[in-house]
Parts: sequence; structure tokens; C-alpha cells
Amino acid sequence: MSGLRAFARARETGILLALVLVVVVTTVKNPSFVFSGDGWRDLLLTPSILVLVAIGQAIVIITRSVDLSVSSVLGLSAYLTGRLFLDVPGIPIILVFLIGLVFGGALGLINGALVAFARVPALVITLGTLYAYRGINVVWAGSNRINASDLPKDFLALGTGSILGIPILAIIALVALVIAGWYMRNIRSGRELYAIGSDPDAANLYGLRVTRRIISAFIVSGALAGLAGVLYAARYGTVNSQAGTGFELDAVGAAVIGGVAIVGGSGTVWGAAIGAVLLLTINRALPILGVPDFWQRAVVGVLIIGAIVLDRLLALRQSRRLVEARDDTNV
Amino acid sequence: MSTTHSPSERPREPGEPTLVLRRVAKSFGQVVALASADLTVHAGSIHALVGENGAGKSTLVKIVAGLYTRDSGDFELAGESVNFTSTAESKAAGIAVIYQEPTLFPDLSVTENLFMGRQPVSRFGRIDRKAMRAEALRLFERLAVRIDPDRPAEGLSIADQQILEIAKAISLDARLLIMDEPTAALSGVEVDRLFAIARSLRDEGRALVFISHRFDEVFALCDTITVMRDGRYISTDDIAAVTAEEIVRRMVGRDVSDLFPKQETTIGDVLLNVTGLSSPGVFSDITFTVRSGEIVGLAGLVGAGRSEIARAVFGVDPYTAGTVTLGGTRVPPNSPTAAMARGMALVPEDRRKQGLVLESSVARNTTLSIRRTLAKAGIITSGFENAAAAIWASRLEVKTSALDSEVGTLSGGNQQKVVLAKWLATNPRVLIIDEPTRGIDVGTKAEVHRLLSELAGRGMGILMISSELPEVLGMADRVLVMREGRLTADLPRAEATAEAVMLAATHPGGAADAHTGTPNEAVAS
Repeated sequence: MSGLRAFARARETGILLALVLVVVVTTVKNPSFVFSGDGWRDLLLTPSILVLVAIGQAIVIITRSVDLSVSSVLGLSAYLTGRLFLDVPGIPIILVFLIGLVFGGALGLINGALVAFARVPALVITLGTLYAYRGINVVWAGSNRINASDLPKDFLALGTGSILGIPILAIIALVALVIAGWYMRNIRSGRELYAIGSDPDAANLYGLRVTRRIISAFIVSGALAGLAGVLYAARYGTVNSQAGTGFELDAVGAAVIGGVAIVGGSGTVWGAAIGAVLLLTINRALPILGVPDFWQRAVVGVLIIGAIVLDRLLALRQSRRLVEARDDTNV
Repeated sequence: MSTTHSPSERPREPGEPTLVLRRVAKSFGQVVALASADLTVHAGSIHALVGENGAGKSTLVKIVAGLYTRDSGDFELAGESVNFTSTAESKAAGIAVIYQEPTLFPDLSVTENLFMGRQPVSRFGRIDRKAMRAEALRLFERLAVRIDPDRPAEGLSIADQQILEIAKAISLDARLLIMDEPTAALSGVEVDRLFAIARSLRDEGRALVFISHRFDEVFALCDTITVMRDGRYISTDDIAAVTAEEIVRRMVGRDVSDLFPKQETTIGDVLLNVTGLSSPGVFSDITFTVRSGEIVGLAGLVGAGRSEIARAVFGVDPYTAGTVTLGGTRVPPNSPTAAMARGMALVPEDRRKQGLVLESSVARNTTLSIRRTLAKAGIITSGFENAAAAIWASRLEVKTSALDSEVGTLSGGNQQKVVLAKWLATNPRVLIIDEPTRGIDVGTKAEVHRLLSELAGRGMGILMISSELPEVLGMADRVLVMREGRLTADLPRAEATAEAVMLAATHPGGAADAHTGTPNEAVAS
């Protein structure tokens, strides 16, 4: 019972309902949106890469930072993936995945160390590394491009293949989501990330290892963006120096829409993941519903602002309720 | 320094003291926060630590808590020398500190707040929420309080937040509990509850340090009292052996030297008239006047609402009742621009944050308040700026190589002069100045004082907020004293002694112009 009530009250439930609504309405208009091989596959496959990046983004935002560099990390990792297959013939696919993870994590470590030690807001630092990492990518790739023909068939199959009707990419995203969700809820260091975002000064007074935790949040975000880069290569087959551009804003948008407070301390990776799915599903649904291309980005903007306004209203209502509850018990 | 009682004179001697500090010193750059602090706290004792603002109590607490490391001196815990470099270490050693401002995570549940960083875990390091919740309920039961363990900490009353801090301390099984002004925001009932808990902790054999400005509470709760002044240890006594008056005398006990070049001025008509000013929860029913040529000191403890009044009068903060008139005309609320137009100026407390653009030049900062009049056809050239600034800089003797050097590079004293220059450039009739000499070296202090005195001599009305008693007593023609949001005394220069001011600032009903409410009336209303 209480589980059901908690579900009904959770911030994530609303966003999930919105997603279901979008899918149902679009399917009524055009049944093949869900009920066709391609429709079903796209529904799950399209958001998978963004879900991964949004999970990392949510973890960083929960600590009251932000990681704008994710799209450049993704791009670099995607290009690295292609180069590895080209330059190291026969390299095991699993090793490429590991390299992508570690490489992204290392770039995340640079972000985290700069934020934690230089004491400059993450917004500025990661805006800087967003450009810097992309610049490295441009210098490295030049006008070269990785083509699908450069990549092993087995690797490309991962990007489009399914197991029991569920795309492999979606399964990877879901596994990452379950692990991150469990960690953020049940492990001390996960809870400390919430504490740090809720009140960094108090976290210091509590004796929490604030610096270490913030750096690890950035490492996780980088590693997930690195993994997303490998999957990007597998999914699209074509990688140039601009791969993933714009992902950072989608990731922040997904987290915010999913109820992760931009000031830190609240929200869940589950919400961010649902937000990512909603964001990309709406993008695909709007043309079917007859909304011109032109308006699609505006709709996404309205969604983000709406989510923030809703958050603010809920927070105000909540704090009023809490104050009233307090006055009742004290009288 | 003055009366020093050796620990051997204490009536009870329950073995090894829990905490011993000897000749502990701590400086921040040039500023000496602690010169030589001594404190010995025994198990099973509630030890009061008192002193004026800036006496070094908070610095001392932060050293014990591991937030600061001492420069020199001994720090022993149960006989062993310790050296904390983080709060985690002091916590592990059994020290719990309840800070003035509760330190909670508003987004997290009450239970999580209690156990953050040390949650009970089961297999795979998974947090055992059931056990954690049960433990929270057990703690609350023991403290005889009812707080929902599942609600978020956001919106908890200050009292409940304090209770949470105490519950945290108990669950840590702390042997030393330091409470830094825990009652500042509590009502009478809540204070009683807190004291009952403190006594039961004492009876369990824990050591408690209680920092407070409320002598009625100190005398009701504590058994031993240590006085600090100017970062130094003054005395430790059995509480029964001293009176409140004696403690106050030791707290302020320095000579109000004639360092203050107070000019005799002719005091003229009423310039600033504040009547019945109220802002719920901040201050209430504030009525006072400032006359031409008069320096009115506004004294009181930090948090008594002095700066808030200044901000309200100047129109920065809103107020719900009352009026402000300047030279007979009404000053509308909520409009600093209107206040400035009528001839009021406010030099804020935190000059770096509120008074200066640190990255800009001296000239630009000085002329910031008169940009409109300085502009020719809407354009300000640095020529105009420098010319206007040069007048003030020379008059105030701002020591800087060039008017275009960045303000941030000046010393505190010179920064303060730039802020003053900025406001004096508007030609105010009434100057409100908040902590005019905080963080300024002695020499520059005297210059600022001389300047204020001179301005009053020329007929300006000055309202000076200061936490430094000597400054208030030395400079002011009249001293207003605040306590918890109310004016508790209005003392002419002749009657304004350190004792009278401290008493009115700390003691309910202690002032001549007494307010006779309960200690917490101002907060409760």
C-alpha cells in the first residue's frame, strides 16, 4: 500500500505518465508508432544513448554541479572507437568498450579535478572543456571520417541488434540505469552525493569527503559519456569530428524534465532516464501529430520550462505543507 | 590577566578532564583571532563559555571541531594530545558540535540527516533503512520528542533542527558536546526541553560546553564558567562563586581609552525620525531619532537585528509597520533611491560584498553613487571621474598610488575609506554606518573615527552600528541598545558605561529602560 502511495506521489510518476500519454496519443494517430517492427525498435533504441549520458548528468547535477562537456567526451570516444578498429586490427570488442569507459572516465577526472580544486563553478569549467575536448577532436580527426565499412560487422550488429525484441543498446542503458539507481539509493557514498548537493557547507561540517565525491561524480559522468560514444559508433557507423554535438543540452534537459533539481540535492537517475526517453520520443512524435519541424525545438523548450515551473510550485507547496505540519504539532 | 582561578579550586574533581586547551593561538594573516585561549572541561559538567562578540569563542570551537588547526598551544582530549585536520577526525574522537546555524540537508529525510556518512549497512554495503529508521525513533523516544523520521529536514522549526543536532550528537556517543548559542532562536518551552536533555547528558558523564549570551540561562544550566576577552583566557570559576555583573565586568573589562577623538559638537534639530518600525520575526516597534551633529551608537549582540534596522530604514529591506522621516519629510519604504534623494547614505557592514566593486578602480568606486550627476549627456569620461574622486581621496587620505588601481588591492582600512568617500560624495544629511572599523588596523581605525567625528561636527547626523563596545562608548553621543529585535535601552553618553550596555544587550530586564517580557518574546512574536 505505502509502496503504491509512494509511487503515486513520486516526482517521476508524472513524467512517466506524460511519456505514456505521448506514446498513446501518437499511436492512436498512427498505430505503426508502436505496433510495427521498426516503430517498436526505434521507440527503445533512439533514446538509449541519451539515457546513458543523462544518468551521468543527473549524478553530477545532484551534487550541485553540471557537466556540459559530455557531448565532446562522447564525440572523442566515438572517434577513438573508430580509430581503434582501424589502427589495431582484430582488437576485441569488449576491450574497445573498456577503453571507451576508461577514456571517458579520465576526461571526467580532469573536469572533476578542475571543479574541485580550482574552485571555479562547474558551469564554467565544463563549458571550457566542452570546447577544448571538441577542439582536440577536430585536430585529431581533421576532415577524416570513420565509416561503417571501417568497423567490424559484429560491432555494428550491437548497435542495431536485439535480444528477444529488445535492442541491445536499450538493454545496456537499462543495466546502467539499474546499477546507478541502486547505488544512488542504497550506498552511503551515493547518499552523500545528495547531501553534498543539498548543502555543501553542511556536508563539510559533517566530515563528508566532499572533494572526493564530486570528483567521482564527474568520473562517472565522463565514463558513461565515453560508453555512450562507443555505442554511438556502433549505432550510426559514421563518426566525424562533430559527433554528438548538442548532446550536452539534451542531457541537462532530460535531467531537469525528469525532476532532478538544477540546484542539486534531489531527483533520481530514473527520472532523468525517463526524461531522456520523453525528450526524444516527443521529437519523433511531433511530426506524426502534424506539428511542423519548425516548432519541435520550441516544444522541447516549453517542456523544460514547464518542468522547472512545476518543480518550483511543488517545492513551494511542499514547504508550506511542512511548515503547517510543524505548527500543528507545536501548538 | 585578571582573576585566574586554578582548576584545583574547583569543588568537584572527577578525574582526568575531557578537554584541555592551553595557550592555544590562531591567526588569520594579520588578524589574531585567538591570542592565548585556555579551557578545561570535565566529564559530567556543563561548562559555560562567555565573551563579547569577537572574543574568540567561535574560533576556539572550530579548532576543537577540526575545522581550523591551531598555530600553537596544547590541545588534549582525555589526556592525549590531539591534532585534528578535519571534522571527520574530531567526530571519530567523540566530539560533537552544535553550531549556531543548524547544519542539515534540507532535501533529505530526518533519518538520513541523523546518520549521513555512517548509515547502518547490511550485505553488499547496502544501507539498512529499516534499522536506520528504528534507530532514529529510538533516539527521539529517548529525547522525548515527536519528529516524523520520514519527513524532509526542510521546514523543520529551528527548535526541531537543534533537537536533530542533539540526537546526532547522542547517536555518535559523543563524550564532548559543544553547543554554540543553541538557544538563540528557541522559545521558552523549547529551551526548557533542551536544558532537560543537556542535564541528562551531563548525568551520563558526558562533558558539555555551552556558549551563550543569555546569563539567565548560563546561570540556570551551567556549573562552571570561563570568560574570554580579545582572544584570551580571562577566568574560570564555579558558577555559584560569581555574579552576572562580575562576569560582564570581566567580559568588557578594558579601558575605554581616549583613543577616540570625539569632538564636542552642538546638537541640532531632529534629522532622522524612526517611529514604530516593525518587521515580523526580525525587529519590532523600533522608535528613535538622530539629530543633526549627533552620533548615535547602536549596540547589541550579533543577531539582535541592528543591521536589519539599518537596511529597513534605508529602504533595502521591507517593513510592515512604522514610518521613517528625514528632515520632516516622509521617506517611502523599499526605495534606497528615494532615501538617497532625501539625503540618506548607508555604509554597509560587509564592504567587500555590499559596498565595493572590487575589480574596479578607486575612482570608479568613489563616483559610483553620483554617476548620474557626473554624466555629461549620459556619458562619463574617466576625466570627470578622476577629478571627482581626487577630491574625496585627498580629503579622506586614501593611501593609494593611483586612482585607477583596483580597489581589491587596497588594505581594509583604505577600502573602507573608499566606501565612505562614495557615500560622502552624495552629500548626505544622515549617514548610517554599519561596523565602520571591522577588520581595520588600529591606526586607520582612529582615522575613520576622526572623520566621523568631523562629519558630525559639520552637522551630519550619524547612526553608527558597532559590535565593538569601546568604539560605541568612545564615539557616540547617545547609545541605543538592542536585544533580540527590540530596543532595550537609550542611554545618553554620560550613562553609557560598558556594564550598562552589556547588561541591556544580554539581560532581560537588565536595562534601565527595561523591557520586561519573557526572554523570547521578540522571537515568538
